[in-house]
Amino acid sequence: MQFMLLFSRQGKLRLQKWYVPLSDKEKKKITRELVQTVLARKPKMCSFLEWRDLKIVYKRYASLYFCCAIEDQDNELITLEIIHRYVELLDKYFGSVCELDIIFNFEKAYFILDEFLLGGEAQETSKKNVLKAIEQADLLQEVRHNYFL
Amino acid sequence: MALKMVKGSIDRIFDKNLQDLVRGVRSHREDEAKYISSCIDEIKQELKQDNIAVKANAVCKLTYLQMLGYDISWAAFNIVEVMSSSKFTYKRIGYLAASQCFHDGTDVIMLTTNQIRKDLSSPNQYDTGVALTGLSCFVTPDLARDLANDIMTLMSHTKPYIRKKAVLIMYKVFLKYPESLRPAFPRLKEKLDDPDPGVQSAAVNVICELARRNPRNYLSLAPLFFKLMTSSTNNWVLIKIIKLFGALTPLEPRLGKKLIEPLTNLIHSTSAMSLLYECVNTVIADCCVCVKTDTCPRPPQLCVQKLRILIEDSDQNLKYLGLLAMSKILKTHPKSVQSHKDLVLQCLDDKDESIRLRALDLLYGMVSKKNLMEIVKKLMVHVDKAEGTTYRDELLTKIIDICSQSNYQYITNFEWYISILVELTRLEGTRHGHLIASQMLDVAVRVKAIRGFAVVQMATLLDNTTLLAGSGQHKSICEVLYAAAWICGEFSEHLEDPVHTLEAMLRPKVATLPGHIQAIYIQNAAKLFAAVLNGQQGTPDCQTMQESSQLLIDRLPLFVQSADLEVQERASCILQLVKFIQKLQHKEVEVGEEVTALFAGELNPVAPKAQKKVPVPDGLDLDAWINEPPSESESEDEKPVAVFAEEELRHARPHHTEVDEKELARRREARKQEQANNPFYIKASPTSQKDSTGVEHIPVVQIDLSVPLKVPGMSTSDKYLKLEEERRQRERKERGKKEKKKKKKREKRSGMGRRHDSGPESEEDIAPAHMVDIVTEEMPENALSSDDDEKDPNDPYRALDVDLDKPLADSEKLPVRAHRPTNILKSPADDGEVQEVPKEPKKKSKKEKRDKEEERKVRLLWLRCPNGEIQCTCTKSSKHKKKKQKKDKEKEEKKRKKQHGHSGDREGEESVQNGTLEEEPLPVCDIQGNLQNGSQVVVSIIFENKSTSFLKSMEFNVLDSLNSKLQRPEGSGPHDGLTVPFQLPPGVSNEARFIFSVQSIVMPQRLKGTLTFIVKADDSSTHEKLDFKLHFTCSSYLITTPCYSDTFAKLLESADLKGTSVRLQEVSLPFHHLLAKICFHHHFSVVERIDSCASLYSRSIQGHHVCLLVKYAHQTVTIDAKCDESSLLGNVLEEIKKTFSQS
Repeated sequence: MQFMLLFSRQGKLRLQKWYVPLSDKEKKKITRELVQTVLARKPKMCSFLEWRDLKIVYKRYASLYFCCAIEDQDNELITLEIIHRYVELLDKYFGSVCELDIIFNFEKAYFILDEFLLGGEAQETSKKNVLKAIEQADLLQEVRHNYFL
Repeated sequence: MALKMVKGSIDRIFDKNLQDLVRGVRSHREDEAKYISSCIDEIKQELKQDNIAVKANAVCKLTYLQMLGYDISWAAFNIVEVMSSSKFTYKRIGYLAASQCFHDGTDVIMLTTNQIRKDLSSPNQYDTGVALTGLSCFVTPDLARDLANDIMTLMSHTKPYIRKKAVLIMYKVFLKYPESLRPAFPRLKEKLDDPDPGVQSAAVNVICELARRNPRNYLSLAPLFFKLMTSSTNNWVLIKIIKLFGALTPLEPRLGKKLIEPLTNLIHSTSAMSLLYECVNTVIADCCVCVKTDTCPRPPQLCVQKLRILIEDSDQNLKYLGLLAMSKILKTHPKSVQSHKDLVLQCLDDKDESIRLRALDLLYGMVSKKNLMEIVKKLMVHVDKAEGTTYRDELLTKIIDICSQSNYQYITNFEWYISILVELTRLEGTRHGHLIASQMLDVAVRVKAIRGFAVVQMATLLDNTTLLAGSGQHKSICEVLYAAAWICGEFSEHLEDPVHTLEAMLRPKVATLPGHIQAIYIQNAAKLFAAVLNGQQGTPDCQTMQESSQLLIDRLPLFVQSADLEVQERASCILQLVKFIQKLQHKEVEVGEEVTALFAGELNPVAPKAQKKVPVPDGLDLDAWINEPPSESESEDEKPVAVFAEEELRHARPHHTEVDEKELARRREARKQEQANNPFYIKASPTSQKDSTGVEHIPVVQIDLSVPLKVPGMSTSDKYLKLEEERRQRERKERGKKEKKKKKKREKRSGMGRRHDSGPESEEDIAPAHMVDIVTEEMPENALSSDDDEKDPNDPYRALDVDLDKPLADSEKLPVRAHRPTNILKSPADDGEVQEVPKEPKKKSKKEKRDKEEERKVRLLWLRCPNGEIQCTCTKSSKHKKKKQKKDKEKEEKKRKKQHGHSGDREGEESVQNGTLEEEPLPVCDIQGNLQNGSQVVVSIIFENKSTSFLKSMEFNVLDSLNSKLQRPEGSGPHDGLTVPFQLPPGVSNEARFIFSVQSIVMPQRLKGTLTFIVKADDSSTHEKLDFKLHFTCSSYLITTPCYSDTFAKLLESADLKGTSVRLQEVSLPFHHLLAKICFHHHFSVVERIDSCASLYSRSIQGHHVCLLVKYAHQTVTIDAKCDESSLLGNVLEEIKKTFSQS
């Protein structure tokens, strides 16, 4: 996977994760272009599109679009599955997640994503393990935090 | 300290935290930019504080702002600070920020190496995890090289959590630092058997990704993966393995056969669509391979069936993927797909446009001579009812693609095709007018037999100008008129009523068309005129001739006034010509032949690649400017609007004459010769001679000319469809008779011709309606016959193509680098073994590659680093053609420099002999700072012109880093270059000085820079560029300062200095040489010397004291060192070590 973007129906970016190093300028350009393209698609259309030399897989959950870019030989359906997994993880972690959760705890959303994917590949397919890792890391954070204050 | 902490915490209460920021941004929707700029100011204040918690909070907020699209690259250093916090809470935030905004160009990345290494070896697995995650996003080639060994060690960590991450990140490391692949691979392979399923799947992932890029090297792993595939139940892993096999089978067809069974089982048993899809895809790929080797057991019937189920599914996603996979089967097994034509055509009605487009793609491959007309007819219906111009345009291009593919292979009746094209012109608002037009031109030029018909159709189109030009703001469609006008003019002999067409072409309305079309109108009106004159020659009645002359003289003045330069020029030229002809006509002189001679000769199409295939003659540099580059604004208006190759060629010609008159002449010669050999005409097939009367008996009169506002066509294409069917039937019957007569045994498949069940007829049986000469495209005579046009030399995965089974050579082992003091302490055993060997091969091959690429360019320059001052290296090599020396000098201490000048020069001479310079900086050089100003470094550079040309307009520019900046005159931007204030005639040298401001001197710096200049040869001048690197070593910040032994003793006693030590082995120099070397290269002065032991002292430009105690025994040198700045000391020692390891 080359990158993952989360954006709202209004086209506001909520999360971005790039697994290929690009300059900010390129990232912005790509984001703008993709957000436009995806938002312009009708609800009944399929979740895949070809864009430049990549394949874009996106899915809408409530008001949020999850959008991944994969390479030509990658499997679209498994990418959809990855998106779905991530949404489930967010849901478990926040407890019926909504857009606001991600907006206000965006760093947590990143941490979860980082535990789930690494370098664009799924590193942990078990939801339980991912959540366990996150909880323990959070615990570590809290303990140190309190100690510091 | 405690107070500071409390104060910090209190401050924090008043700071905005992330939530406040988010809330603030949401409540300031109207003036978001203003609000955020105030926030950024706040953040800047926060970053200045010492409290790491405040800093981390600030960095966290910046990460959020970065997502909103604000630039935060200025805070890169602060991010590094937060990353290096010892507290996980902050470290996490720091790494997150880094992974979001660092990229290859971020220069602080090189400061992070040690921090990351520390985190990787942290006892806390989450520290390690966070570092690995961050690294996966911003790993650079340097980081990869320095950390490869550490990460490899982590692959055998006790915790699966770390192993898993380490394995995955190895893939990124391989990409950035391909040398690491061979040494790391055995361990990676081990991980396939890891007890933890997560680690195992990670290893499968990485090997699969590697194998996809360079499958050949992984064939030996096939049995292992085969076992894994049959035993694993994890779908994620299975998909990866199957994908891997998909990459391997093309190399080993036997593998494909072996795979079919397990894959078939999976297809039958799995309920996961993603797995099913992957299996089907791989089976298809396998069969592609089998087809190539002619061993295919059977067409992938099962796959096609499964795909049919997918396509019939109500889920749009499955439908889409089904069609996608179907198009892959199509390439090798068109027959098995063609039977599902109904399904595909059905998909054209789908409400999802992307599905319709996929279906269209499929249709493209499904056409045959037999069904082309039928499919296109269906598509035409869709064109009519399609809403939305994009889709309609897509349909239009597809129709044209389908028909024109592989040189019009499937078209049997070109009258039908022309009428289709004419029908398409009725589309309103299409963007593809030029496409239709170029098709018309192409067909008319290349299919000789169709010209008569085409000309008549085009004449009708011209007659309907009002319809075309009047239709809205989308002018694209009127491009068709360009083609129409040209065809009528060029092949005017086929016109029924040339005078009428001439009149149509000169109507006042034409003046509303775009300029390039008008120009074509006028030019072709002239051609028509010539044809009229020629046609009327010899007839007593010269009234028509005079009438048409008069017509031109009446109408042309309108165009003479045109604002378009081309139109005006042509019109006025032709007007004068006609006036002259009219004069001659009055004298009753026959002029027809002369006028026709103006347009004699035939125009042949040129192959699109022809230009590229012309070999570039020696000594011609196409990239060099002929003149000074023109300013941008000039060329803007003149850009030719035309879209056709021929038109462009015409425009381009004047430029070419400027480029090289000889070359043009040569090319013309080549073309003439080729015309003489006449290889243009290739007969489509030997059987196609049969029915050349087809053109004549088509009743063209049926086209209704009397109704001006209707483009004829719709009825006609259907008509041709019918005619074609009848023709085919008739032909079949005739053939049937013949064959009966001959009493051949071959069984005749009867053609009871209905349109739809003409099935049994095979492709070859259908003969084209008339002789179809498809003229081939011209190529230059000495075309380079290379087919590697599309190979990409920059493929990032090519470097990973290495043989993994070969045993490791010593030089290939991963570098265990220890180039920071902390590490030196930890691992004294590594001392003196610092090697950069692994870097070499890559650099070399890279350079060779580049050399090849630049073969044509004249290599101009080279750099060397004499005098032991500043080091510049250049990336280009020189082969004794033209040379330029670049010396670097330092302003300070000129006397001393003269003393040592000789040895430095020798150093330089060595590189002369080699003729090349490594990209890696040479080690011996140093640079000194400005004693008066602790933050300034003066670099003096001697430019010596060793070429035979005159060099001028030199501009010196260095890419600033955060730490070091080139001082530029006020008012110039941070990226402007400095002009070197002199010019260099051949053989002359001169010196220029540049001042750099440096903030921190504890780290060595490497600055990239370029020197641009103009080389003036006798008759031409070229722009040249020279890249170099300035290496600011830490030693160069030291200044030789004398010190008395008592002051020295006091210094050592004071507690401020931190100590460290290094050991150099196998130093065979005499001790006094050794001391001299340290003093000279690293700017130390000897305080005291007793036997084989000496104390040395130096001071940095910022006042750091550096003390050394050097002991020498048995070829081993021990240096104990103390300094009040440990990283500075570490780097200086590192540099000393390098000096001796290289000598």
